[in-house]
Amino acid sequence: MADVIHIDGRDPTRDLQFPAYPVSGLSGTSLKHEHLPAIEAEPQVGYFEVHAENYMTSGGPPHRVLERIRRDFPLSLHGVCMSIGGPQPIDRLHLERFRRLVERYEPALVSEHLAWSTHQEVFFNDLLPLPYNETTLAHVARHIDEVQQAIGRPILLENPSSYVAFSDTTMSEIDFIRAVARRSGCGLLLDVNNVAVSAVNQGFSPVQYLSEFPLELVGEIHLAGHAPQVDDEGGLLLIDSHDRAVADEVWDLYEKVIGSRGPAPTLIEWDSDLPEWSVLRSEAAAAQRILDKYAVATERARALG
Amino acid sequence: MRSAEDHSTRRSSTFAADFAPGLTDPGRPTPPNVIGPGSKKAGKRYDVYRNNVTVSLIDALAAIFPATQRLTGVEFFRAMARFHVRACPPHSPLLFEYGRDFPAFISAYEYARELPYLADVARLERAWLDAYHAADALTLSSQALAAIPPETLGDIRFQAHPAARVVRSLFPALSLFVMNRGDGPIGQVEFAPEDALVTRPDAEVFVRSLPPGGAVFLKALVDGQTLDQAANEAFDASESFDLPGNIAGMIEAGVFVAISSGDH
Repeated sequence: MADVIHIDGRDPTRDLQFPAYPVSGLSGTSLKHEHLPAIEAEPQVGYFEVHAENYMTSGGPPHRVLERIRRDFPLSLHGVCMSIGGPQPIDRLHLERFRRLVERYEPALVSEHLAWSTHQEVFFNDLLPLPYNETTLAHVARHIDEVQQAIGRPILLENPSSYVAFSDTTMSEIDFIRAVARRSGCGLLLDVNNVAVSAVNQGFSPVQYLSEFPLELVGEIHLAGHAPQVDDEGGLLLIDSHDRAVADEVWDLYEKVIGSRGPAPTLIEWDSDLPEWSVLRSEAAAAQRILDKYAVATERARALG
Repeated sequence: MRSAEDHSTRRSSTFAADFAPGLTDPGRPTPPNVIGPGSKKAGKRYDVYRNNVTVSLIDALAAIFPATQRLTGVEFFRAMARFHVRACPPHSPLLFEYGRDFPAFISAYEYARELPYLADVARLERAWLDAYHAADALTLSSQALAAIPPETLGDIRFQAHPAARVVRSLFPALSLFVMNRGDGPIGQVEFAPEDALVTRPDAEVFVRSLPPGGAVFLKALVDGQTLDQAANEAFDASESFDLPGNIAGMIEAGVFVAISSGDH
């Protein structure tokens, strides 16, 4: 279907409005405007990720902030509301807004979610789950193809965190994601916290899941904090809350992934109960130490042939 | 292509159609195809999504209407917002567009009857956010206006800046807005009508108080009437209307971007 295949694919013949900063081997953070004074007060390394929808405005201060950030750093554009996982067609108006942002800001990474958020006219402002079967597979692959055709480059699709299962699911999440990537040519955004959250909620082994995950297609990794709750039976239910530091078990899973895959751009997400910038920056620095450790190991292995 | 999409949409639309209605309606049961792992129940698990949807949309309203929330208190505001979220969930994924119906909802909300100014404060807050996100544009300079020959001045029309908004109130909505947008102290407010002008000539949103006749004058100009027509309406509305003062004020505030020709 799509003939847009390479993961880091820009069109080199186009004049760039912004520098083409590479993002490989870097860690980064969600960009929160509350942190701007601290971010701009001293030199920073790494990259920033923004939710695309926050910049789908006609004008105003958000664009000025993003232009400044994009001039100095690699940018990841993370769509939250495309509703790729829903049965209804992609909202053409929303897709056009997304396309314009990609064109304007020339992000190093572009990603969206394996989830849905709109049904009929109503926008639910949450990443909602879908059953995994041939019917939903056909929809998701077609929707991703449509997005990629519109923006002229492949996207990275993020694995979800989930709290429920469906009786009409007929394939595993990994088989589903693999098939979506094969059919659409998309890359993957591996959210390690989502794996840890879903593993507890769905009762599977996160290590087993990650050993089966197609790591060769991963173009970015997300790390975030989660919150504990209880299910109907009083058992542990983890909520993908993005409101605290990355959990120890998620760091362990992350290091296993980087150890077996080699470095991939890694983002610390933090969306509510925002800490001081220094706290978020030190989380990104912790990810960077792991990336650097395995960058050296990967280089050495290559040199030894 | 078209018919294939339509066909398969119909065939598989049940999972979202089953999942969606209960998200904003706590009276509905957990959808039949939603299960927990193994033999576990799915009730509290489905409720996580219900809670995410409702709480995140209430949070979105609280972020758009902070002064309204400070005037009512958090508990009152969140209860009122919950009613609104369930009755009028957003129809756009752009949440900064949400809440346009909220001021009208507040006007009709029976528990808010003792706060008759509340809807106007909300209207002003919604206008503030519209100005914040409006298209950027250069404002009209006083030199451009000074270059118009005096004999044709009465016939000119103006093109409004995308961020400019006039919000009229029979209550002191502007004073309440200013006093409650931040954490500052709350003082006495004189209970008189107030008209507000919202503009964003550059990066910052400004909210000003309009003098008598000023709101009528600016609304007429924004609607495309000539300077003469707008001035006459303003004098009709208020005998003390100060034409030169209002013209200078509107230029300084950045209400307009251009002068259109005399003919319309």
